[in-house]
Parts: sequence; C-alpha cells; structure tokens
Amino acid sequence: MTFLPKPRVHHPALPKNEIGLTRRDYEGTITTLCAGCGHDSITAAIIQAFWELSIPPHKVAKLSGIGCSSKTPAYFLKEAHGFNGVHGRMPALVTGANAANGEITYIGVSGDGDSLSIGIGQLSHAIRRNVNLLYVLENNGVYGLTKGQFSASADRGSLSKKGEANTMDAIDGCLLALTLGATFVARSFSGDKAQLVPILKAGLAHNGFAFVDVISPCVTFNDHDGSTKSYAYTREHNVEIVQADFIPPRDEIRTTIDAGGVREVMLHDGSFVRLRKVAADYDPIDRDRAYAYIRERQREGEIVTGLLYIEPDSKDVHDQNNTVDMALTQLPFEQLCPGSTELDKLQARFR
Amino acid sequence: MDRVNDFAFKIATANGTGSASANGLIMQAIFRMGVPVTGKNVFPSNIQGLPTWYEIRVSKDGYTARTPTFDLMVALNAATYQKDVAEVRSGGYLFYDSSWPLDDKLHRPDVTYLGVPLAEMCNAAFSGVRERILMKNIAYAGALAALLEFDTDIIRQLLKEKFGKKPALMDSNQKAVDLGYDYAKAHFDCPLPMHLQRMDATKDAILIDGNTAAALGCVYAGATVAGWYPITPSTSLMDAFRSFCEKYRVDKASNKRKFAILQAEDELAAIGMVIGAGWAGARAFTSTAGPGISLMSEFIGLAYYAEVPAVIFDVQRTGPSTGMPTRTQQGDLMMCAYASHGDTRHVCLYPADPREAFEFATRAFDLSERFQTPVFVLSDLDIGMNDWMIPKLTWDDSYRPDRGKVLSAAELEEAKSFYRYLDVDGDGIPYRSLPGTHPKGAYFTRGSGHNKFAGYTEDGDEYTEVLDRLDRKVQRAAKFVPAPIVKATPGHKLGLVTVGGCHAACLEAMDLLAKEGIVVDYMRVRGFPFGDEVTGFLESHDINFVVEQNRDAQLRSLLMLETGVAIGKLSSVRYYGGFPMSAHHVIAGIKARLEKAA
Repeated sequence: MTFLPKPRVHHPALPKNEIGLTRRDYEGTITTLCAGCGHDSITAAIIQAFWELSIPPHKVAKLSGIGCSSKTPAYFLKEAHGFNGVHGRMPALVTGANAANGEITYIGVSGDGDSLSIGIGQLSHAIRRNVNLLYVLENNGVYGLTKGQFSASADRGSLSKKGEANTMDAIDGCLLALTLGATFVARSFSGDKAQLVPILKAGLAHNGFAFVDVISPCVTFNDHDGSTKSYAYTREHNVEIVQADFIPPRDEIRTTIDAGGVREVMLHDGSFVRLRKVAADYDPIDRDRAYAYIRERQREGEIVTGLLYIEPDSKDVHDQNNTVDMALTQLPFEQLCPGSTELDKLQARFR
Repeated sequence: MDRVNDFAFKIATANGTGSASANGLIMQAIFRMGVPVTGKNVFPSNIQGLPTWYEIRVSKDGYTARTPTFDLMVALNAATYQKDVAEVRSGGYLFYDSSWPLDDKLHRPDVTYLGVPLAEMCNAAFSGVRERILMKNIAYAGALAALLEFDTDIIRQLLKEKFGKKPALMDSNQKAVDLGYDYAKAHFDCPLPMHLQRMDATKDAILIDGNTAAALGCVYAGATVAGWYPITPSTSLMDAFRSFCEKYRVDKASNKRKFAILQAEDELAAIGMVIGAGWAGARAFTSTAGPGISLMSEFIGLAYYAEVPAVIFDVQRTGPSTGMPTRTQQGDLMMCAYASHGDTRHVCLYPADPREAFEFATRAFDLSERFQTPVFVLSDLDIGMNDWMIPKLTWDDSYRPDRGKVLSAAELEEAKSFYRYLDVDGDGIPYRSLPGTHPKGAYFTRGSGHNKFAGYTEDGDEYTEVLDRLDRKVQRAAKFVPAPIVKATPGHKLGLVTVGGCHAACLEAMDLLAKEGIVVDYMRVRGFPFGDEVTGFLESHDINFVVEQNRDAQLRSLLMLETGVAIGKLSSVRYYGGFPMSAHHVIAGIKARLEKAA
C-alpha cells in the first residue's frame, strides 16, 4: 500500500535517544519495493543504527546509484540530504561531497550491479582513497529493477529464474575490498539484524571507507531453488565467524570479557569495536589471513559473515590531504583569496 | 631597409634537449627590451626525441597571430630540415649548426645561410653528454642575440635571476651564450636587416600562458575542491592551481590545507567529484580536453537536470577521438553547448587570451552558483599552453563571490516550508539548501524525473513544468555572460564573427583588409547562450564571415540554431589543420567568398 503516506502518529512511549529523537524520526517514506525484499530489512537496520548512535539526521548525507537498493535512501533519514546519482557513479559524488564537507556523516547505498559492474572502478578507487563513509552493498545476485539479469556477484552454476545457469565466477565484494586495501570489511545478511546493526554502527564510527556487503535476497527474481542468494540458501550456508559489538566512547559499562578470543579495537573517535572470534583460527586484524580464510570457507560452500577485517589506524582522505579541521565549505572567502597586493607581487615572476 | 621589431623566427629542435629553456630565455629577453613578443610552442605528443618547434613573433604593433612563413629559421633538427627550409620566406635567413654539412639538394638560392659550429664549440667547451646538449641550445640563443641585436646586459641579468643560487650553472650558461654571440659577431654582418630595438611597450604587461592564468583565476575565485584527470593540454592548469594553492592556501599556524585536489581515476570520476563537492556547497572545478568532455557527458546532464553547480575548463585540442593531442582547434563548441542526451543547454564562456582566462574563471564560478548549472570555459591549446603578452592582471578587493540562492539555517528555520525546485520569484532559479544546514532543508537530488517539489514523478505535466523552467533559467544567463567584443559602424555591410583563439588573426586580417579597401565590422562572441547583441550584429550585415577552427563550422551552426539568422548571411571561414589561426587564412577565406559573390 505504498500510495499511502506514513501515519504521523506513534506510540507515546517510544524510547528516545540521546538527542531526544525516536526511531520514527530516522525513518523516510514508505518503501516501494516488493513485499519481502531484503533491502527493506537493511533499511530498518540502518535506521536502528543511526538512532542508537544519536547522530542528528540532518548531519547525514545519503547517496546512492541506480537500482532497487539505490532507491532505499528515500526510506530512511527523511531529514538528511539525499543524492540519487547515476548508475555506478555514487563513489565519485560522495568523494567530492566529503572533500568539500568532511563534517557530515556519509552513507552510500548501492547494489551488486551498481557496485560490481559499471561501478567497480569507482568503488575500487573510493576504497583505495579510504573516503570516510559507510558503504552498504545490498547484494542479491541480480539486476532487480531491470527484471532479473545475473549480476557480477552471481555464483557460477547458480540458476536464473528462467533456469539459465551462470557460467562465470562471482566477484566477491569483500575479497575485492580486502585486495584493494580496504580498512573495514564486513559481510552480513538482511535477515540477521542482530549481527548487522553493530556492524553498521562500527562502520559509521570508522574513520575511513567501511565496506559492508549484505546478502539481501530478491524475492521476485532470485529467491528460487538454484539461487545461491535466496533466503533459504543464505540461512543454510552463512556462518558468523566474528561477532562485533559496538561500544560508543561515552559508555562506561565494561562487560566481562570472555576467556577466549575477544579483541577490542579503538576507533578514531574513541569508540570501540569489540570483536569476538566465533571461529577460533580467524584474525580480523590480519588482511592476508582474512582473505585466505574467506576463500577457504567459500570452497566448503560457506558464506562467512561478521566484521571480517578492520584496520585500527585508518587514515581517510582528509588525513592524507592534511586538510584544515574546518569543512572547506565553511572557510570564509577572505581566507581563500590572496588579494590585489599579492596579485601585483606575484606577477613579478611573469616578467 | 631595416625591419625593426617586426619579424618572426622559428626554432626547430628535438624535444627533451633543453630547447625550452633557451626559448624561454629568448622570449623573456625580448620582453624585457620592451618589445611586444609572442611565442608558440609546436610540440609532439611525446616525451623525448621527436621534433619540436618554437615560433617567436616580434611585433611593434602588437600582432600576435601566427605567420605562415618566417624571416629566420633556426634549423637544428636534421629530421625536419626539408620541411623547415620550405618555411623560410624568400629573402629570409636559415641558421644551422655548421658542425655538419647541409643537404645540397635542398639548397635555396633565395635564402641566406648562416652556419655556426654549435656542436663543435660546445663539445670543446663543455664536458658531459647532457651538458653539451643543453649548452648547444643556449649557444644558439647567444648567436641569435648577435644576429637580432638583443641587449646582452638583459641576457646576463636573466641568467643571474635564473641561476643566481647556482654560480656554476650561471657561468656555464653565460659561457655558452658568449660562444654563440662571439662567433656570430665575428663571422656575420650583425645585426640582420630585421632586428630588435628597445621599446617601451611592455612596462605594464606580463608574459603568461592561459592555463596558469586560469588557475590563478580559480584561486582568486575561492575554489576549494578540484577533481581531475591528466590530459594534454589541460594538465598544466591543474598543476598551476596546485602550485598556487600550496603557496596561498596553507594555514600558517597549522600547516594544513584549505583545499582538496583529487586526482581521479578517470574523467567520469573527476566530474562526479566536482558535482558532489558543488552539491555540498564548495566551489569546485575540473580541467580537461575534448575526450574528457565526452566521458563526462552523463554526469553533465545530471548536473544540468538536478541543478548542481560545476565549472569545467575545456582546453580544446584537435579531434575527433584521440586526434592530435598537441595541436589546437575550437572543435568542442557544439558538444559543450549541448552536452549530454536529452534537452540540455549549457552556459559557455570563450576566453581569447590569458587575461580573459583569469577573469572568466571568476565569472564561471559566479554564474555556475547563481544559475545552479554547469558552466564551461572553453579555452584551447594555443591560449592555454603558449606565452602571451597581456596587460598586468588586476583584482578588485571589493569582489564578493556570488554564491547564489542558498538558504541559511536561519532562513530555513523561519520558512514555513522548503521545496527545492520552486520558482518562488519568477527568475527561473529556485533556492537550494546545503547538506548539514538544517532539518527542514533536506531534499532528494536525482537525475530521474522530478517535479517542482523535488518529488519523483512520471507525470507529464509535472515533468514538463520543470524542464521548461530549466530552459528559461539557462536562456536568461545570456544577459549575464560576458558580452561580445564588437567593433562596428552603422552602414557597414560585411561582418566578421569569431570566437576565442581566432581573435588575434582576425584583428590582424581586418587591418590588412582595410589597407586594401575591404572594410569589415567585428564581433567576437564571449559567452553562450547568445544575447540580443549577437543576433543584432548578424542581422545588420549582408554577409557575416564566421571564422573558426573546426571542420564543420560549429560556431556558425550554433549561431544559426540559437539566433535564427538565415544561413545565407553566415559564410564560413575555417582553418583546422591544428596550428593557430593566421591572418592570411582569414583573408584568403574572405576574399574567396567575396570573389564568388562578385
């Protein structure tokens, strides 16, 4: 019933976050996606994450490319500026926006078509630059909006709705990100909000490019037998190997640390990500081992999920550029223009 | 009869041998003698070893257009000797390195040959392969100093300024100059009939290239973000911008940068970054050439439709496709006017020299933000990469950037409602809000169909309403772009119309034609969309000669499409072989047309 506007009333006892907002204040318009679409669950997790972090919605910018998943920014954070760009080119837009105003929190939403085919170049370079944003790749193995073509993340041998088998290997976003030097790599599943929300929070707090690949089944075009991105297949084959909790800087509560396999990583803003290894032989701080581990598990048919890799000392574009602290958009003109006396002086070298 | 301060000479060498240094010395020496001078670098698309030429024109009357033949050829590249000999005018001179014999078969009886054993002398005076090659070039500069009567004190001074901190280099350079100078003085009747003489015409001028001037303009305009991808001939614009920013935009206390220059992975990313930055509220630009604009087209359409400011410098080169990357044209006029699919029209500015490149940079940012639309500044390789003499640049300290209609937090707080694409005051330009300002400022920017409330639409009327307003908005910019330069007298029947890099050739052609009794009015368009003054000029003449450097007469097409003036009134004069326009091309074209009419 997407033609109905959302009702403004809500339960009077809805909890408020630290800036006095309820979760409803972090919502957008009603979704126009198919009923049961994985993307809507991710949207709910995004709303939850922002609300829990008490980020003022208007201090967020939400960008996307083209595709079903790229429509979702309309469904969260109605008070944030949104930019639905052109296909595969959102990373350049957000890189420029971030360069201009590094004080805003950026979230980019994309799909496997937008990110791993037409957009693979821009995605790769935004990762390489380590642009400070949370990048959510809503991954269903198909081009939903254009009605069901295989995407680059479709596994070899998986079947389209029409029964056609895919003959090419999948591009795995997490492995790609690891190869490119990504400083934060995670994989999750739209059906596992408990896992996804802390990952999103950690990604938002991370000082750099936070790549989150979320398996998000397409009920209309890729939820059948023979799909390796269906609800059924994902539930059966996904294995959480690192459990992440996000602890904001001001939280004084120190919970007991389990005897084995917990590591805390401090983020740029003083918050912490607590990583508990579910798989004993996994190390989320070792890039090469992470890569090898994921490949190995893939051979066994497992989709490993969790916060797979994090680099503690991540330097984003502005760190590398040594930009002034104030957003470039806030600098007064007097600080930017050298003036007439200087123009007169500098022209001496052109004589 | 001596020709003082009115001649042209050409230096043929191979690139990567240090000739650029020698040529720069020559140029500056002439300039410091107070004589108007222009230099044009004709270089190959290569790094080292291929032919390169430098054409210097000395003109007491201030003519800067290229000449078709040369009074003196400095022929130092055996590979191009045959071609170089052919370009000497009858009665002219050919200077060569007499360490090796010339090809007798190419001997011209109507040319005087001046041989100086440069290689021999330099091999004797200097050691080291690299030094010998570099000093050979400086030695020819010394020989020219004698032949053309340079002021040797000025040369000495220039060497001191350049190498003051490295006395060894200064000494060897001076030694090389003296070698060439002394030999020429001893062996030839110096000076030649065409030579220099001190004047006072450069006192308030500078020698600068268009790319450097444009970059300086971007600094002065307050640009803070640049996204770019290297491409000849626009790279030096961004290099200059970086250099100026490192000097003027670093916070003294913290040593931190008040700018971000992002070298993108390709032109699509470059323009994407510019648009993202403009959307966020920064003055952002890119600099590229024709192939880059082709790549950027999709994003340009997005910026047009979603109304996001962006400034794009197109330093035009010869197309189509990869074309001749180191040759000049004005071949992107149509593409930039209408970049991207669907119905688009863009504001374009057309500078003719480095001074306008500097001034139009600021105009571009003001227009882009005022009209919330991409603005193109179309320069070309000749303007961008060659050294031009221009009056010293000035800056009005009372200038304040026109950031356009942007709602502040206070205004948003007060407002009952805000909708991105409402034309509230009838000028066709809505108000916009920047990310991070205020909760009431939020809206969705999209390239898909939208209505005036910034809502997604597939409704025909809603879509049309926005598209029509966009057209009105940009058409209105015609009143705000730089006005054409016009020299006209009522009653004249012939007009000459041109754009950008053809300016110098047209002015010179007009003077020469006038001497023959052919009088033409002049109009150089400097902005697009075209205003009423452009249409008026065209209508008031029986024939308008439209002079431009591209095969398909793009300026003529634009004039026809946009002003509705009949094709019969627009006669095309084109030269598009890749070299800068010459007055003789213009004259030949006009005369051919007049003969046909007669």
